[in-house]
Amino acid sequence: MFGYYLDLAFHSLRLNKVLTALMVLAIAVGIGASMTTLTVVHLLSGDPLPGRSQFIYYPQVDADTKGKDSKEPLDMLDYQSAVDMWNAKRADRQALTVQSMVRLNPGDAVKSPVLTMMLSTTTDFFTMFDVPFRYGGPWSGQDDVARSRVAVITDDLNQKLFHGENSVGRTLRLRDSDVRIVGVLKPWRPSPQFYAVRGGRFADGDTSDFYSKPENIITPFFSGLEINDGNFQQFTCWHLPERAGHLVNSPCAWVALWVQLNDASKVADYRRFVADYAAQQMALGRFTHAGNTRMRSLMEWLDFNGVLPGDVRLQAWLAVAFLAICLLNTVGLLLAKFLRRSGEIGLRRALGASRVSVFAQYMVEAGMIGLIGGAFGWLLTLLGLWLIRQQPVAYADLARLDIPMFTLTFLAAIGASLMAGLLPAARACRVVPAWQLKTL
Amino acid sequence: MHFAPILAALRRHRLATALIALEIALACAVLCNACFLIIGQIQMLHLQSGVDESSLALVHLDCDGCNGSSLNARVMSALKAVPGVQAVAAVNAAPFSERAGDNGITLDREHYVAVPHFYLGGPGAAEAMGLKLVAGRTFQADDFRPADIWLPPDTPVWITRSFAERLWPGQDPLGKEFWSDKFHLRVVGVLAHLARPDPGGRRGADAAEWSVFAPLAPGTVLNGVYIVRAAPSDLPRVLREARDAAQKAAPEAVLNLAQSRTLPDLREDFFRQTRVMVGMLAGVIVALLLVTSLGIVGLASFWVQQRQKQIGIRRAIGATRGDILRYFQAENFLIVSVGIVIGTVMTFALNLILMKFYEVPRLPLYYLPVGALALWGLGQLAVLAPALRAARVPPVVATRSV
Repeated sequence: MFGYYLDLAFHSLRLNKVLTALMVLAIAVGIGASMTTLTVVHLLSGDPLPGRSQFIYYPQVDADTKGKDSKEPLDMLDYQSAVDMWNAKRADRQALTVQSMVRLNPGDAVKSPVLTMMLSTTTDFFTMFDVPFRYGGPWSGQDDVARSRVAVITDDLNQKLFHGENSVGRTLRLRDSDVRIVGVLKPWRPSPQFYAVRGGRFADGDTSDFYSKPENIITPFFSGLEINDGNFQQFTCWHLPERAGHLVNSPCAWVALWVQLNDASKVADYRRFVADYAAQQMALGRFTHAGNTRMRSLMEWLDFNGVLPGDVRLQAWLAVAFLAICLLNTVGLLLAKFLRRSGEIGLRRALGASRVSVFAQYMVEAGMIGLIGGAFGWLLTLLGLWLIRQQPVAYADLARLDIPMFTLTFLAAIGASLMAGLLPAARACRVVPAWQLKTL
Repeated sequence: MHFAPILAALRRHRLATALIALEIALACAVLCNACFLIIGQIQMLHLQSGVDESSLALVHLDCDGCNGSSLNARVMSALKAVPGVQAVAAVNAAPFSERAGDNGITLDREHYVAVPHFYLGGPGAAEAMGLKLVAGRTFQADDFRPADIWLPPDTPVWITRSFAERLWPGQDPLGKEFWSDKFHLRVVGVLAHLARPDPGGRRGADAAEWSVFAPLAPGTVLNGVYIVRAAPSDLPRVLREARDAAQKAAPEAVLNLAQSRTLPDLREDFFRQTRVMVGMLAGVIVALLLVTSLGIVGLASFWVQQRQKQIGIRRAIGATRGDILRYFQAENFLIVSVGIVIGTVMTFALNLILMKFYEVPRLPLYYLPVGALALWGLGQLAVLAPALRAARVPPVVATRSV
């Protein structure tokens, strides 16, 4: 029966090419626009550490002497608190992170000095965040405390400087220091660059920079502070620091601490630890208020920061509204098409076709329109994503169609057209045979 | 024109009528709001920066651990030697460049009231940029004092008219004081315009000109960024030579190529995303109108075909072609009007949602009549071809197979 319906559908689609083209166009344009934006939303709002993110937490205490307990604590930690909590080693893993712009001096591989972003962190960063290595590996915990002059570089930088060769053991000259490369990463592109997310609530939806590429150079935390002293940026300060760019023991928030806690009891313990730490600092007179502590999981933190850029959300809503209009339009056209064939329906019914089979026949036809519309919609989605890749935004290189979204494009197109076909098909199968036959 | 028979006929096609009306309503809601967003963005594109953009370029050196005074002396004399350069001055930023200093300010040393952007400029910077003072005095030579971390303890400043209005609504800002951390600032001049380096975004149009301009002697704090003035026709060449000259004068510094551009180029880059958004919204509007009108054409042609016989009968009993044409146009007008009524409600609902989540301002009322006119026009255009076809139905059709 299905084959016969397909045959009928083909015949009917060929019968009125203009109407068919209009419907296919409406579905294709609606699907193209909505799938383009939904793909971007899907790519930008995913879990950057699937299977692992639920163990990662971001503790916050509030050293701001001007703040109050009723407010959200600052998005980053002051140096003292961050290092104290890191030193306590109460979590399964812990990593301090701070970013800075550093000068990469001319050496064997670099021609003229360039400025590049450097991440300074502690060795657990790599295991905690599952960072893949191509050559070498992370530095040791010993390197962290000994302030060794070592570095891990990204695949990108390794391609640029060493043409992708194994560069472990070579040196880079960062500002006035020589650092030895101990590891080279495989291409690694977390989306978003989750460990650098902060301050989203002050960005007014302008959060596309959260999707930047990772820093080219990664050095041990304390080594980084020494190498690049004077070039650190504060998240905010409650008093002016004495020396710009030198923020150790300054009244500024500028360091992040990430911890991994492998089970629920440890999470509760760590929360208590953070609260106790704040209370103890208040007793010591360093904090003026202590109740303002938080510890969000990675996904909660991303959510709190509203990582999805406002533009992207607005576009997604517009596209969905647009799809709704396209569908409504398709409903109207299908209705016109089906009811125009009332005579044919009457004849089929008079010859013994049941209402169900008339309904099924028209749904097959609607689904067929969806399939063809989906194919064109898929092409339009590819075009839309290509247009997004041409934009000067940090997430441009991420805009590609993956398999689930590819499948969804067709499912959405067929689903949408079936939905659009529902009402007209129901109308069509209620045609009374006698009325139509009379006028044939 | 009698509407009664049209209404009677429409009652027999409730579903199709409702579909078209709903489509019009949705189109109305999306159309009005998208147009409103576009116009907001276009206004942003025409933002006045308050400086003579077409004659200005920025040269930006990153010099880590350099002696600021020595760097300034070398680079500024090298820049002044470039043929065609009319003026050179040390600044910390320019409109559309990288931000250099957002700082919260207080009026009472206690409560923060706003976060403006602080422009710092050395001698001649205000003149080179072409800032227009509307009240107050120009800076004197002794206003340019050195500082070692941010500003001198007491600084005379200029602020923009719109920022003055934010701080002291309806009052004369001249002579007023405010604080940034422990630094005391006194307003000695009011600028017509001076945009922040990053105006707009969702910070809103109001905050686009929250700028403070403070004089400072070039040195420890103020170094590495220079504004270069030249005739607009010379500017690209001057910038090229100025970049080379600066790099040659300070080989230890890194020339920041992305920031060492002409102001028109920086502006172009800054607004690229806005233009993409305008293009996208315009695309949505065009596609939307197209889809809606195609829907009307489709349904109207179906109706015409379905009612061939009735049309024939009407023609046979004396209706003219014009009558038939007017009938279909009046019908379309009625349906579109219903759609617009529903659409009005949906338009404001959508605007409320946008206001809540995207800090879009309230949609002005005049968008509705304009949108309504557009949709009526669109409906009439879309129905024209089917209606003309209907009018061509010969009376003889009525006699067939009845």
